[in-house]
Amino acid sequence: MFGYYVDLALRSLKYSKVLTGLMVLAIAVGIGACMTTMTVMHLLSGNPMPGKSEVLFYAQVDGTPASFAFTHRQEPPDMLDYSSAIDLWRAGKGNRQALVVDSPVRLTAPDMKQPALMEMLLSTTADFFTMFDVPFKYGGPWSTEDDLRRSRVAVISADLNDKLYGGVNSVGRIMHLHDADVRIVGVLKPWRPSPLFYDVAGGRHAHGHTADYYSKPEDVFTPFFTGLEINDGNFHQYNCWGAPKVVGHLTDSNCTWIGLWVELDSYAMVARYRAFLAAYAAQQTKMGRLAFAYDTRLRSLMEWLEFNQVVPGDVRLQTWLAISFLVICLCNTIGLLLVKFIRRGGEIGVRRALGAARRHIFMQCLVEAAVIGFLGGIGGFVLTLLGLGLVRRQAVPYADLAHLDAGMFGATFLLAVLVSMLAGTLPAWRASFIAPALQLKTL
Amino acid sequence: MNIRPILAALRRHRTVTFLVALEIALACAVLCNACFLIAGRIRTMHMVSGIDEKSLAFISLNGYDASRAGELNARVVAGLSSIPGVKTVGIISNLPFAGPSNEGVTTDPSGLRYEYMVSMYAGDAASLRALGLHLVAGRAPSSDDYQPIDTYYPDDSLVLISRSLADHLWPGSDAIGKELWSGKFHYRVVGVVEHLSAGWPEMQAAAGRDWSLFIPVLPGSKLSGTYVVQADPAELPRVFRDVVAAMPKIAPDAVLDHNGSGMVSDLRDRYFDGDRAMIKILLGVILALMLVTALGIVGLASFWVQQRRKQIGIRRAIGATRGDILRYFHTENFLIVTIGIVMGIVLAYALNLIMMRVYEVTLLPLAYLGIGALVLWLLGQLAVLGPALRAAAVPPVVATRSV
Repeated sequence: MFGYYVDLALRSLKYSKVLTGLMVLAIAVGIGACMTTMTVMHLLSGNPMPGKSEVLFYAQVDGTPASFAFTHRQEPPDMLDYSSAIDLWRAGKGNRQALVVDSPVRLTAPDMKQPALMEMLLSTTADFFTMFDVPFKYGGPWSTEDDLRRSRVAVISADLNDKLYGGVNSVGRIMHLHDADVRIVGVLKPWRPSPLFYDVAGGRHAHGHTADYYSKPEDVFTPFFTGLEINDGNFHQYNCWGAPKVVGHLTDSNCTWIGLWVELDSYAMVARYRAFLAAYAAQQTKMGRLAFAYDTRLRSLMEWLEFNQVVPGDVRLQTWLAISFLVICLCNTIGLLLVKFIRRGGEIGVRRALGAARRHIFMQCLVEAAVIGFLGGIGGFVLTLLGLGLVRRQAVPYADLAHLDAGMFGATFLLAVLVSMLAGTLPAWRASFIAPALQLKTL
Repeated sequence: MNIRPILAALRRHRTVTFLVALEIALACAVLCNACFLIAGRIRTMHMVSGIDEKSLAFISLNGYDASRAGELNARVVAGLSSIPGVKTVGIISNLPFAGPSNEGVTTDPSGLRYEYMVSMYAGDAASLRALGLHLVAGRAPSSDDYQPIDTYYPDDSLVLISRSLADHLWPGSDAIGKELWSGKFHYRVVGVVEHLSAGWPEMQAAAGRDWSLFIPVLPGSKLSGTYVVQADPAELPRVFRDVVAAMPKIAPDAVLDHNGSGMVSDLRDRYFDGDRAMIKILLGVILALMLVTALGIVGLASFWVQQRRKQIGIRRAIGATRGDILRYFHTENFLIVTIGIVMGIVLAYALNLIMMRVYEVTLLPLAYLGIGALVLWLLGQLAVLGPALRAAAVPPVVATRSV
């Protein structure tokens, strides 16, 4: 029966080409706009660490010094002060833990005769690479001993390895960071978490301008204390209570500027870590260093991203625009389908008179709507590719991410057929109520 | 024209009429809000920075040795000044559209509250000359007011303040001589400038995009690496190219920050890239929207014309002119669109209220509804013209045939 309905639908579509064309075009444009923005939305609001995000947590202790106890707070600052960060990291209460702080660094590769570059340097601890499943092409991460010994070692990105060494295995080569020589111990494979979750902070003050959270990862990684040592004077504070004594040197300042990620493998661990954070803050408050003992947080990766409202306001606006546009296209299609089915009253009357039940007419009309939807889906798919091409040409940090994956490809057709069947329901229902006798008379 | 027969006909096609009206209502709501958003973005893009943008370029250096910064300043200023066409080289911490430089300030001497996020510009006398700020009250800092710094700013300075910040901090009273604090730093207002926009305006709430301070300082290791170059507007592109080319020779120990440096007009363009893209997207949506709505109207009107061929023939046979038929369809369309617009106004405000909760938009002004209504009325009339002409062409003889 289904095959017969499809055949009938195709015949009927051929019969009124202009009307069919209008409907297919409306659905195609609506789906194209919708799927373009939905794809961008899907890419930007996705999980940067699928399968692992539930065990990754961002730890926060309120670094407000005791002397600022009069300032009332609802939320701890988005980053940690130096003492808290180091204490929490040294305690090692999680399965793994990584400190992160980035800073701009001057970089030269002495054996490659290239002008100096300014790159972003991530100072972090050894667990970073295992915690975040960072893929290595050559070599590997440094060890926790390297962290403690302040070894002059570095891991570089695939991009930087291409730029400096033409993509060959550069493990063992010496790079010049600021004034120090560091030995490359690892080269990453291309790695592009979206968003760059471990650097996200301060999103709630960004007024929706959060596109920068989708930038590429840093190009150079060094052990945390090594980075602090060799790039001293180039660190930026997240927030301060009083200006640092020396610009860019924050280890002895009243500033927050370091992030701490912990991996906690079980609910029991999470509960224990929460208690540990609270106990630490209470102890530091009692000692007279910190002001707010109650102000600790332990958010999971996805909670942290949501808290920072990482999806840019403009992208959300575009998605709403596209959805309302699709609704308009839907109304348009309902109207045109209604016209189309009522126009075929005679034919429907004959079928009814020959014994087709109401539900048969209803099904036939719905199949016809679905065929229109499928055709619209093809057009919508082409328009989606075009739309994503336009997104890639935009000057936004996430431009290179805009690609259609298999899921969204399927979703395009599913949405198109669903929308057109939804649009077809009312007209099909109306058509199934066409009285056979009246129609036969007019034939 | 008598509209009662039209209404009677529409009543027989309630569903279809309602659907078209609904489509127009949605189109009206989206159209009004999209136009309003475009207007907002255009207003943002025309933000007045207060500096003489056409003749200024910003140079940002990185990666040099902080202990030799004083000597670097001297080398860069001398080197750039010798480039033909360069009028002034000043040292200044930041410029509008070059990057964020926010700090919390307070009017409370005890420093308990930090309510105002303000953009800070620390610069030498040459930079202030180059900026070309428009002083509206008080005076510019005198040469004695420029002080050396050992951390971020001098402990006590006499500052210039943008007018909108002055009005916000001390509404209705003279700002000259008033005081501000930021941690241990103390500022006293010596002059008010008409405009000086924030270094990265989007970091500020909508009201604070023009809240800035200019702090007069002497160059040294703590104010180094960022320079403003002034040249004749016509020569500036050439001068800037020469500056970029000369930089490796003047300062081989530093790295030029290509993203952070540029002619201020280019920095401004880059800063507003996102807004420009959004305007294009909104315009695209409006166009597509109008196209789809018009297609819907054409499809429907064609169907009605076809369905009513006989009635049209009868009307023509009993004396209706072509003009009457044409008017009938135009009036019918006008009625449907009007119903749609009335519903659309309600929807437009609902949409606006939702957006007000999420985005920084204000209440939709009535004018946009007027524009939206006018556009949709025109669109409806244009879309129905084709089918209506076909209807008017139906010959009276149709009445005598059975279809």
